[in-house]
Amino acid sequence: MRLLKLVPDDTNIDFLRWRKFASAASFLLVLLSIVLVAVRGLNLGIDFVGGQSVRVEFPAEMPPIEDIREAVSNVGLGEATIQQFGSEKAVSIRTLLPEGENVTADSAGQQLVAGIKEAFPTARTGAVETVSGKVSGELLRTGALSLGLAMLAISIYIWVRFEWQFGVGAMGRLFHEVALTFGFFAVTQIQFDLNSVAALLTIVGYSLNDTIVVYDRVRENLKKYRKMEIIPLLNLSINETLARTVMTSVSMLLALAVLVIFGPDVIFGFSAAMLLGVFVGTYSSILMSTPVLVWLKVGPHSFVPRTAEGGAERVTRSDDGAVV
Amino acid sequence: MLDFPRWKTIGISLILLAGILFSIPSFLPEKAFNSLPGFAQTKVNLGLDLAGGSHLLLEADLADLQKTQLANMEKTVRTAMRGEHGADDDIAIGELRRSGNQISFLVRDQAQIDEARERLFRETQGAGLTGQRDWNINIVDVTRIVLTPTRAGQAQAISRAMDTARDIIDRRVNALGTREPTIIREGNDRIVVQVPGLQDPQALKELIGKTARLEFRMVDANADPAEAAAGRVPVGSEIVPYAEGEGSGAAFEVLSRQVMISGEQLIDARQSYDPQSNLPVVTIRFDSGGSSTFARVTQQNVGKRFAMVLDGKVLSAPSINEPILGGSAQISGNFTVASANALAISLRSGALPVKMAVVEERTVSPELGADSIEKGVIAGIIATVAVLTLMIIVYGRFGVYANIALIFNIFLIIAIMGAFNATLTLPGIAGFVLTIGAAVDANVLINERIREELKRGRRPFQAVELGYSEASRAIFDANVTNVIAAALMFWFGSGPIKGFAVVLTIGIITSVFTAVTVTRMFAAHWLRSRRPAAITI
Repeated sequence: MRLLKLVPDDTNIDFLRWRKFASAASFLLVLLSIVLVAVRGLNLGIDFVGGQSVRVEFPAEMPPIEDIREAVSNVGLGEATIQQFGSEKAVSIRTLLPEGENVTADSAGQQLVAGIKEAFPTARTGAVETVSGKVSGELLRTGALSLGLAMLAISIYIWVRFEWQFGVGAMGRLFHEVALTFGFFAVTQIQFDLNSVAALLTIVGYSLNDTIVVYDRVRENLKKYRKMEIIPLLNLSINETLARTVMTSVSMLLALAVLVIFGPDVIFGFSAAMLLGVFVGTYSSILMSTPVLVWLKVGPHSFVPRTAEGGAERVTRSDDGAVV
Repeated sequence: MLDFPRWKTIGISLILLAGILFSIPSFLPEKAFNSLPGFAQTKVNLGLDLAGGSHLLLEADLADLQKTQLANMEKTVRTAMRGEHGADDDIAIGELRRSGNQISFLVRDQAQIDEARERLFRETQGAGLTGQRDWNINIVDVTRIVLTPTRAGQAQAISRAMDTARDIIDRRVNALGTREPTIIREGNDRIVVQVPGLQDPQALKELIGKTARLEFRMVDANADPAEAAAGRVPVGSEIVPYAEGEGSGAAFEVLSRQVMISGEQLIDARQSYDPQSNLPVVTIRFDSGGSSTFARVTQQNVGKRFAMVLDGKVLSAPSINEPILGGSAQISGNFTVASANALAISLRSGALPVKMAVVEERTVSPELGADSIEKGVIAGIIATVAVLTLMIIVYGRFGVYANIALIFNIFLIIAIMGAFNATLTLPGIAGFVLTIGAAVDANVLINERIREELKRGRRPFQAVELGYSEASRAIFDANVTNVIAAALMFWFGSGPIKGFAVVLTIGIITSVFTAVTVTRMFAAHWLRSRRPAAITI
């Protein structure tokens, strides 16, 4: 039985040759994402801005969007955001918080439902959500906080387990991934809600997973080949882990693509963001996470304690091919 | 590493077996599940986004609570100064008033000020751990006493009020007869109410929103209606507006500030019909203290009027035609059967110590929930099959081992979630799919390492051994970072994010076990029994 190899044996690609180009490209993409978020803005869901959201399904034919908009504006809750959602006959209708603080959560959602039912008696309301301004403010704060803390905590962990250069590299890479995902939300205008924060956190976790595998190999090789120049050594490490990177990415992309295509439409945004995250993560693992190590001058001395003689001895033995 | 003594094999097999056994209840239909013995009745709960239902987040009006706290203290001051042993024991006070966050009053006889202070001190309680009291009592300008709630006292008052509010809401929601509602306190001043299956939360909100503070108070007959309309009322009285639709034209009543009987003295409240008009009313019964007070007051005040006040609004103000001795009364108002019933439930469950407002509401219809489950399960199965196939194509025999481990992993996750009665939410399903993707990563790491070691010319046994030992360091580090992310999601995230974090955390832990330990056991047994000269991977 011949098994499939996604990556041929013994690749020897000089990935770091492209490091300046890749870093410049990444830098530009991050910049572009930030500009996009600033200019176009995110399509923030009611989780973060407050307001009412109703998911309406039409059993027969979907009426023109203008009709729905008119029915909603008759309710008097101001400008509505109406988006097709999932199937062809369903829309999500969002309105902003009504004026006057305390009306919010109690009545506005019901008013919206009543207004829609009146205009389209056959319509079914699948999900009705109301979030007051205070709660949405808190959700935004805790969401941002958990994202920031996750990035920080993971970087610190890597710094402790490896060396500070690796922690910096991990941090930079995380920033890259998170920025690009934000850019993705700004371009597609997919609703950014609590689920999107979960997606971001997962991307953070996944991306680190990848970084660690590469860094672990770099650490191992640094101990093994103490005389090797850093750039060939990093290239070797990337090539050695290439098969794993590709295989894991392919299986993740497979699972996520299935989720995007067949999964519940309520979490479409979540799955789509994850899909992009894994894609970007694969690129980062190969081209992004190692150049930092060159610039921060990682070398064999980063790992072998200068005082401990035993460390050096072990290294010589492992060169002979014995177990480390 | 590849040394697997018999006890280890048996231990691992037992864990896997338990995983399968304990995941079974989660797949059973409700009827079969209920016939299981008690200890086996553990299963994964479906979140509201999957089962359908209503989620409400209530927030207490802390300013209102503080007002009540001050009003109660004011009452306490009056009673304490009146003394226990008749008129001689009284301490004459004046200018009793609330201003901002404090109560102040004048002690007329300077000589009594220490006694007054002493009496008040007895009414305060310890709060917090530092030996602090719940109120500060200060003497200002020799004759004036100022009472201010301490920070610890306020915190304690809030905490108590929230506990009571939670219990009362629990009783009210349970009286609705819905299945398995969840009512829990969240943070300092919030309560989460989740009712699976409930489609229209309107009735629920009305029921929860009612403070149901019921008071019986005398109408001040001496008040001049014209003066009262201009806002001037006799000392000791106040203007109380009528509830909407009540009062037949009158906008308010002038009532004595003193409360004759309050809702705490009720022992029962039911919806019934007025025998004359046949309109829905609420019949209440007082406890013995309440009955005797009610009897005494109505005896003394025949011909006068009293008012029933609910949440600061007058419902009705009937005349006392004769003393009411039976200890029961009828509250009439502009009721429908449903609203009378709701009021009866609220009265029965007691008054909410603080006003609650709905600050977040999410309702999902059961159809949408069912649709999400169906699509989620289909996506889950397709994703699993796709990943399993890929693993076999790429790694052959070792892929099969990884796949068996993966399937065990799925059962283990369900079993553990069931054991903790954890809730599966929609993002949780996504977490499940993701775990499957991530679980194979460990095997990918191991198998790629084995390939590498074989390429370097090691013999099968040694290659497999090295594959496992060398890969496990990266697997460990990678999973720790994922747990960090999941833990932060759990702590800071709310609702859906929490559900996702739970599945992710459990999945990470079980997948390390299945992907590393279980596959190693398979590989070890195969290597030992067959002793292959070469392996295809």
